[in-house]
Amino acid sequence: MTVSAPLMTEQAPATTAAGPYRRMVRMFLANRLAVTGLVILGLLLVFCFIGPLIHHTDQVHTQLADATLSPGTRGHLLGTDDVGRDVLGRLMVGGQTSLEIGIAAGLLATLIGTVWGAISGYAGGWIDAVMMRVVDAGIAIPALFLLLVTATILRPTVPVQILIIGCVSWLVPARLVRAEALSLRSRDYVQAMKAMGGGHGRAVFRHVIPNAIGTVVVNATFQVADAILLIAYVSFLGLGVAPPKTDWGGMLSKGISYTSEGYWWLIFPAGLAIVLVVCAFNCIGDGLRDAFEVRLQGR
Amino acid sequence: MSDRTKGETVSDSPALAIEDLHVSFSGSGGSGKVRAVDGVSIRVDPGEIVAVVGESGSGKSVTSMSTLGLLPPTASTSGSVRVGGVDVTTLDGPALRAVRGSEIAMVFQEPMTALNPAFTVGWQVAEALRLHIDGLSRKQALDRAAELLETVGIRDARRRLGQYPHELSGGLRQRVMIAMAIACEPKVLIADEATTALDVTVQAEILDLLRDLRERFGTAMLVITHNMGVVADIADRVVVMYQGKVVEEAPVEELFAGPRADYTKRLLGAVPRLRPRGDERTGEPAVAGEPAAPGEAALAIENLVVQFRGKGGAKVRAVDNVSLTVAKGEVLGLVGESGSGKSTLGRAAIGLITPASGTVRLLGDSLTGARGSALRRLRRRCGIVFQDPASSLDPRMTVGDCIAEPLVINKVGDRDERVVALLESVRLDPAVRLRYPHELSGGQRQRIGIARALALDPDLVIADEPTSALDVSVQAAVLDVFLELQARLGFACLFITHDLAVVGLVSDRVAVLNQGKLVEEGPRDQVLFDPREDYTRRLISSAPVPDPVEQRERRARAAELRAARD
Repeated sequence: MTVSAPLMTEQAPATTAAGPYRRMVRMFLANRLAVTGLVILGLLLVFCFIGPLIHHTDQVHTQLADATLSPGTRGHLLGTDDVGRDVLGRLMVGGQTSLEIGIAAGLLATLIGTVWGAISGYAGGWIDAVMMRVVDAGIAIPALFLLLVTATILRPTVPVQILIIGCVSWLVPARLVRAEALSLRSRDYVQAMKAMGGGHGRAVFRHVIPNAIGTVVVNATFQVADAILLIAYVSFLGLGVAPPKTDWGGMLSKGISYTSEGYWWLIFPAGLAIVLVVCAFNCIGDGLRDAFEVRLQGR
Repeated sequence: MSDRTKGETVSDSPALAIEDLHVSFSGSGGSGKVRAVDGVSIRVDPGEIVAVVGESGSGKSVTSMSTLGLLPPTASTSGSVRVGGVDVTTLDGPALRAVRGSEIAMVFQEPMTALNPAFTVGWQVAEALRLHIDGLSRKQALDRAAELLETVGIRDARRRLGQYPHELSGGLRQRVMIAMAIACEPKVLIADEATTALDVTVQAEILDLLRDLRERFGTAMLVITHNMGVVADIADRVVVMYQGKVVEEAPVEELFAGPRADYTKRLLGAVPRLRPRGDERTGEPAVAGEPAAPGEAALAIENLVVQFRGKGGAKVRAVDNVSLTVAKGEVLGLVGESGSGKSTLGRAAIGLITPASGTVRLLGDSLTGARGSALRRLRRRCGIVFQDPASSLDPRMTVGDCIAEPLVINKVGDRDERVVALLESVRLDPAVRLRYPHELSGGQRQRIGIARALALDPDLVIADEPTSALDVSVQAAVLDVFLELQARLGFACLFITHDLAVVGLVSDRVAVLNQGKLVEEGPRDQVLFDPREDYTRRLISSAPVPDPVEQRERRARAAELRAARD
């Protein structure tokens, strides 16, 4: 004989009055891991964007006299790197680049993928076939390869990186949204709208995409995590943003050259930051999936 | 009726005895503890058929599930369910499995999902046998399976054994389910809405089969249903449930002749009955039964053919050369069984499906040739109401936005005022416009569907099974709203349904569709009470009426009809 959770009973009155969005927020907040992810992400954002205002460091000039100081010495909480820049400060500045590129590229990829997939799935027929073959062809080419090639041709500034990563990673969301759109287009409310004289644009943007939003949002978080990893790869291979700017991947790449000297503080902080941010986004994605997945609710 | 069991019973002990059963579910989605069944006692004697009736949420299905110990782990139960003297609520694991199938078995509503699509029918029936009979070889099991299929009236049983569920019709699948249920000769058979998903003609056959099994094996049956016609047709005794409680229990004839509980009276009052209308509505000359001339008709369909690509590229004609007209202000009831093409016809009438040939004219303008903005202009003069109120409203839009959508699309001003007026006209509180569809009941959602269809003051409304997903009392209220609006606004309507009683209630003329072809068309009373075609006669005689005495006569007549056909 099961005992009902007292927590649930207290919340009972809220369900009847709340719209779907408030209910989703509640579902999301009930997921401990997702809340942890959100808190970690928040702390990281504060650390990277507000941190430099409190912890002033020179991240442009080299001070060879202060090179590779170990953590804790003279105001360098995490020590200094091979040219004397403060690692803590650098972690903040590098994080800005990583997060900016990751979030912007992830969102761009989601946007392109959603619109592409929704149109493809809604249209069906030969339009769908052509649009999906484009996606198949895109998936057949490794994203990393495309990134490396373009990085050698173009100067890898932040906007360029965002554009490139965004344009190579919209394929997966496009497939996901297309699958949703295929079933959504035959729903009665889309049929009813057509019968009222509504056009295709309204069907796609007012009905198909809003109802696929769960898939889109959940996937967006994973897209951001992937984009951060991807940009880390590229930088690690030495093709990231140009110095003096850096990102976490670039910091790692630098640090690796000094492993044999035992300068662990050049590797661990950046590596840990990447792991943390990717985990945070994945946890948030999980929480969002719970929030959007009505069928799983109440388990 | 109860003396029928005399002589068949060895002892006086009931086959199934549910005593003071309480079932409650711990909150799902934060809704607290829900009492689904609240102190229910039901007794079924050997060879007796007891019907449990009630609307959705009455706890009738939960009661039936508890008899097999099939409740989900979130349920907490108290009370006892005795099957042949054993209390199943105390059993679990192997002991429970031993009781299931051999002592008590169940037939579910949806035979497609209850059968495993990956295995042949023979394999599945044989599996049911081998689970309970030790040392039965595969060959013996298959032989027995073939016998069982013959028992449930499947001809050519040997060949059927090798077929997969998707190759069988709904009626055959339900027969296979029954064969599996009776495989181990259970003393009690539970039929949970076992005929709900079936067409009336098939339903009549399955009900005949259940009656036949009772005669031959003395099986006690608990029939769960919401259909009062089915109750009148098959039950010896009836238990009426409402909100988890038994409100009335009586022999079937007594219950229908003189219901005691208020709820039973209301329930029986809400069931639509097929009665001749006579001269009730002759005030409207347009409805005299003469089809209107195509020029002035609200909807004129001529030689319409709709094709779908079927298996292996072969073309299937869903609608085959149908011509129909709906005059202005007239309600044409379109009746047919599943697969008759009635929904396809409705969708083609409004241009949602492109026909292979034939023409559709809306108020004199051709719809078949129209494209783009011309098509849209035509469509705004029509409204459509769908069957499933859950899927016809966008879950991410508020009720107000849903109703306002046709106004937005066609750029009509005064939206708020119009939405409030529409909600009032379907007798809903205008405050619901700020809520979301999932917060409302099925009946409320269907009213919103009607309000949306009427938003642009259409000349023609296509209503595709608008009340089939609703409980009878809700259906009565929705039909009432619909009829009032139709009389007031005077729109023409193509009312698609499989329910003859509903058609009788709403329509001026009736058209009967079978396998894509128009069988018969004419004034309501003529088609429903003096049909000219065999198919129509068979359809009408198969639909059970909520009156046990009349139903017995109808059954006899239907049997004659079938005999005459064979």
